[in-house]
Amino acid sequence: MAVPRARVRQSITRRSYLAITLGTFVVLVALWAAVTHGGLVSKLFLPSPGAVLERLAEQARSGQLFDDVSLSVYRITLGYVIATAMSLLLGPLMGMSKRVEAMFEPLFDFIRYMPVVAFVPLTIIWVGIDDPQKFLIIWMGTFFQQVLMVADAVRQVPQSMIHLGETLGMGRTAILTRIAFPAAWPRIWDALRVTLGWAWTWLVVAELVAARGGMGYRITVAQRYFATDTIIGYVIVLGLLGLIFDQVMRAIGRAMFRYQRSR
Amino acid sequence: MAPKVEIQAVAKRFGAVEALAQIDLDLQANEFVSLVGVSGCGKSTLLSIIAGLQRPSQGQVLVDGQPVEGPGRDRGVVFQTATLLPWLTAQGNVEFALRGEPMGRAERRQVAREHLALVGLTGFEEAWPAQLSGGMQQRVALARSLCYRPQILLMDEPFGALDALTRHDMQELLTGIWETHRLTVLFVTHDIEEAVFISDRVVVMTPRPGRIESARVIDLARPRKPEIQSDPRFHELADSLLRGIRQQSQSGQPDQLSQTGQPDQPDRTG
Ligand SMILES: Nc1ncnc2c1ncn2[C@@H]1O[C@H](COP(=O)(O)OP(=O)(O)OP(=O)(O)O)[C@@H](O)[C@H]1O
Ligand SMILES: [Mg+2]
Repeated sequence: MAVPRARVRQSITRRSYLAITLGTFVVLVALWAAVTHGGLVSKLFLPSPGAVLERLAEQARSGQLFDDVSLSVYRITLGYVIATAMSLLLGPLMGMSKRVEAMFEPLFDFIRYMPVVAFVPLTIIWVGIDDPQKFLIIWMGTFFQQVLMVADAVRQVPQSMIHLGETLGMGRTAILTRIAFPAAWPRIWDALRVTLGWAWTWLVVAELVAARGGMGYRITVAQRYFATDTIIGYVIVLGLLGLIFDQVMRAIGRAMFRYQRSR
Repeated sequence: MAPKVEIQAVAKRFGAVEALAQIDLDLQANEFVSLVGVSGCGKSTLLSIIAGLQRPSQGQVLVDGQPVEGPGRDRGVVFQTATLLPWLTAQGNVEFALRGEPMGRAERRQVAREHLALVGLTGFEEAWPAQLSGGMQQRVALARSLCYRPQILLMDEPFGALDALTRHDMQELLTGIWETHRLTVLFVTHDIEEAVFISDRVVVMTPRPGRIESARVIDLARPRKPEIQSDPRFHELADSLLRGIRQQSQSGQPDQLSQTGQPDQPDRTG
């Protein structure tokens, strides 16, 4: 009988995957170009792709783009690294010990639901508008999410693996560092990758409100002069940076977790 | 000679659930004992109390006359799933159990290799668990729990997740290893033929609350080969154990029987 084969989730070649993805982008840019060149919308609201690219190239030549990008990357790196280091220290303890969990988890869950944006004015009063305020906002936005995700990853390590350590006569510290943490590491890495994406949002939020330099700062300044080409260019660069960071994290993950592959 | 393991009046409650009531059981040194019984009768609970992973509500377990206070390297445990560490190779998983043994790197490597060979995994030393079949993973787990020479091996349905063919291979492998290396084994299983095939003694447990109903010495000759399963004596033992369990589950659950109205009559002619 000629019953049509189920095609749900059928895998496709890497080539066709890339082709489809590229197609989506091409269509989107073409639409954008058509709308702007056709004069459907004012240049002030939406400049053409060419104009945006030109403006970006200009800023790249003058060195401004590089300065803004490197300042932002510096801020995100430091804020994120501090948050991550703390999560990696505290999260596993929360995942392994009910006492530590009771001490921190409800508190962090509470803080996590406070809107970080609302803390921006407060942090400016606390530490001013220089880099420490950016670190603080990025830290607040990522740490409380991250630490709970890390704790959860450790909690999801099968109890039998912990029992294994115990029957092998291992102490609590050894079980944590040699079994629970490595067992949770793939999930933790995923959490780190996802939260890095969020960190970009918090960075830009902090820079938009008050800063001297940085991607978000440049966007605010551009708004004052109705330089929509700069705004759109920078937003695209932000997207690209996020994508690159994400892909790098993914690639590192693939290399680290090769053991999960069955062949 | 004093028993290797003495379970003395062990009881375990989980809140309102009485999981084990008054368990008394001795394991002689180098004896292979199987624990059979319906699901939920407390086999795993008893095993983990002996392993020291759980504390009894009452009673105590003695190993060589000393009360069990917690888990220890004198008692190896094989879990239902292989519980291998996925980021370590087969070799790495076995070596993991040898950490803390007074031996150098080279010797540790050697001991791990020998034990992988013992379970028939020569050539798979560098394979990751994800690359191994379920049966092979359980072999690695067996090698891991043997390599540091615990005197007692506690196994909780170690072959329960394997297909029938693989399970038979593993039963033969375990019997062979035990017949040459001798250690005290407590083996939990649902499979009565499996229990008869590998054990010196089969202990039957009944549920709600879990208690030991009867025990049966399996006086079949050793070494045991698969052919023994066509021996009438083998079937006699298996049948009588099975009948015992069925009778208990009938008398133990009268309400359930009256509810369905269709008592599941065991074969009384057999
Ligand atoms: N941690 C626990 N908390 C509450 N009840 C438990 C716990 N562990 C076991 N029990 C209960 O104790 C009884 C015995 O459980 P146990 O797992 O020892 O049975 P078992 O004989 O190993 O069953 P199976 O053959 O299905 O593995 C069951 O009724 C179970 O629900
Ligand atoms: Mg069980």
